[in-house]
Amino acid sequence: MAGKAKKLVLNVGWCKGCGVCAAFCPKGVLDLKGDKIAIVAEDKCIRCGLCEIRCPDYAIWLEEVENA
Amino acid sequence: MKNVKLMQGNQACVEGALAAGCRFYAGYPITPSTEIAEGCAARLPQVGGRFIQMEDEIASCAAAIGASAAGVKAMTATSGPGFSLKQENLGYACLTEIPFVLVDVQRAGPSTGLPTSPSQGDVMQARWGTHGDHPVIALSPSTVEECYTLCVRAFNLSEKYRTPVIFLMDEIVGHLRESIQIPEEGSLEIVNRTMPKDLNAPAYECEPGSLIPSFAPFGHGQRYNVTGLIHAKDGFPTNSTEIAHNQVKRLMAKIDENLDDILSWEEKDTEDADVLLVCYGGTARSAYSAMEDLQKEGIKVGLFRPITIWPFPAKRLEELSRKVKKVVVAEHNNGQILLEVERVVKNNCKIDFIGKVNGTVITPDEIANVVKEG
Amino acid sequence: MASNLVKKYFREDHLPHIWCPGCGHGVLMKDVAQAVENLGLDKDKVVLVSGIGCSSRAAGYMDFNTMHTTHGRALAFATGIKMARPELEVICIMGDGDASAIGGNHLIHAARRNIGITAIVFNNDIYGMTGGQYSPTTPYGEKGTTAPYGNIDRPFDIPKVAEAAGATYTARGSAYDAVRTTKLIEEGIRHKGFSVIECASICPTYYGRKNKKGSAVDMFRWQKENSVSVEKAKTMTPEELEGKLVIGELSRSEFPELTEQYQKIIDKVQIK
Repeated sequence: MAGKAKKLVLNVGWCKGCGVCAAFCPKGVLDLKGDKIAIVAEDKCIRCGLCEIRCPDYAIWLEEVENA
Repeated sequence: MKNVKLMQGNQACVEGALAAGCRFYAGYPITPSTEIAEGCAARLPQVGGRFIQMEDEIASCAAAIGASAAGVKAMTATSGPGFSLKQENLGYACLTEIPFVLVDVQRAGPSTGLPTSPSQGDVMQARWGTHGDHPVIALSPSTVEECYTLCVRAFNLSEKYRTPVIFLMDEIVGHLRESIQIPEEGSLEIVNRTMPKDLNAPAYECEPGSLIPSFAPFGHGQRYNVTGLIHAKDGFPTNSTEIAHNQVKRLMAKIDENLDDILSWEEKDTEDADVLLVCYGGTARSAYSAMEDLQKEGIKVGLFRPITIWPFPAKRLEELSRKVKKVVVAEHNNGQILLEVERVVKNNCKIDFIGKVNGTVITPDEIANVVKEG
Repeated sequence: MASNLVKKYFREDHLPHIWCPGCGHGVLMKDVAQAVENLGLDKDKVVLVSGIGCSSRAAGYMDFNTMHTTHGRALAFATGIKMARPELEVICIMGDGDASAIGGNHLIHAARRNIGITAIVFNNDIYGMTGGQYSPTTPYGEKGTTAPYGNIDRPFDIPKVAEAAGATYTARGSAYDAVRTTKLIEEGIRHKGFSVIECASICPTYYGRKNKKGSAVDMFRWQKENSVSVEKAKTMTPEELEGKLVIGELSRSEFPELTEQYQKIIDKVQIK
């Protein structure tokens, strides 16, 4: 049974621009835009969740998406 | 049937604590208070309570506060050197409003001093030992029976006002053995801290008209933060100058606006006295004898014995000082309550002083001589 | 707007926390929440006690019974809580200075007593809150504002000190290896007796800058490239292990837990 579909969610307000998630994302999905995190290549995201694990400020995470 | 027992002051303090509902003690050995630790080690498990000997006095004070935060009435006892070590955590309990009783069985200082000799040299330390403006309640027993009954009162005041109470004993009453009447089970008023009506309410929010918050102990479902930083109603740290002002003022007001309930003192033969003795704690025992001798010589002498040392019963002393020619202060230090008496009496009447710092006890004759000289 | 874990275990209205951009403590604090989640503990029964310093601000952010105590004294406060109410799950979060400098005496005695407390040390090798002074774990020769010419003290190995003093579970995790660190914290909480989990954190602001360790990303990357598992470390010589981060369960032994022993005393002597 394939897991529920997940989506990358940001709370940019909490991001302090440390760049850790972008640096450790294996697929280059993320980048800093003016000291804040931004999703630059969402299609490449493999939902590995490393960004959520590494973020010291909980500003990025994977959320289950209710199938439309 | 009267329950009369021959008991040492330190032991009576333990029995009083148990009667008050104390079920946790953390301490560290130090003369002349160690019998309190030994008593608790033996007695607490007998009543389902818990004892722990910690690695130092700092840890002992912290453990007692921790136990109280978890909802168990707690006590720690020490003497001067340990009292100095406990000051920081004492201040923490003042700000976080966690009740507990800190017993200081005073011994001759300063420093290691005369460990087995009596003194009342920690009186100002009890008031200002920890840093910053903070509320203080300190009670001083003069008899072994008071080591019991006043210890109960110390717990009651601590629970009611959610503030630490210092039980300011001295080596005289601590090591003295006297027969005391143990109050019947259930005859003593026992006060427990209030529980919040709503567990979702901010922990440090006071009911309208009350100065005292009533947060539940840890584990009751009211998950809140306790911190030694100035904190908002939810217990979370804040740098707000307004909150800092209100918090410190409220803490002080808990005591200053409830003096009628907190203050206690003994007056003896003060109606038509010409001379008023001001003594407290162990020294009062010599004052009683001195009074008897002096009264036999026709000298009208009365006694004013503060039982709450802090807050100091200033108003009553000021009234009495307007009716006497002289006040004689006797205490086992170089003049500490003397400063408070001078502040209160000002020039209503003459003030004489007898103080001892050599570890021996002020005798009735020594007091009588100062009364007659003046 | 937060993840389910953060919604469940954090006091959201007080986030974002005060720690600097890239500080390892933020990751480690989440690991503690994840460990509690994995263990399915009742939040009402968890008491989180911390001392003073950057790491110790963690208590305020987490939705447990939290107590932010005085510098170095978290374990002493926690001992009182655990002894008075053994049914509570008591966890301490301390910094390296908090736990092993001013708090050293309480650390070794809590270990000696084997009291059921989980001691988590966020070790960033520096006093961060007060602006970058060196600490008892700052590596030999490294710098701090109070070691401007290089640290001439030998640093503590906190898990070793705790084990020698009697701790019956010691481990080391790191901010980089969050998944393994969460498991180690879980194991520490599950362990009956005194557990010490040193979590190697990173301090880009003070330690990083003062010792030219680069950015937060560089410091996380250093942890990734210099971490060695306990198993692998057994095959390496001391020289090879020099400066490496040995990660995993370090020691485990059995000894009766303090509050259980004391309960036996009560059961024996209590006057009914």
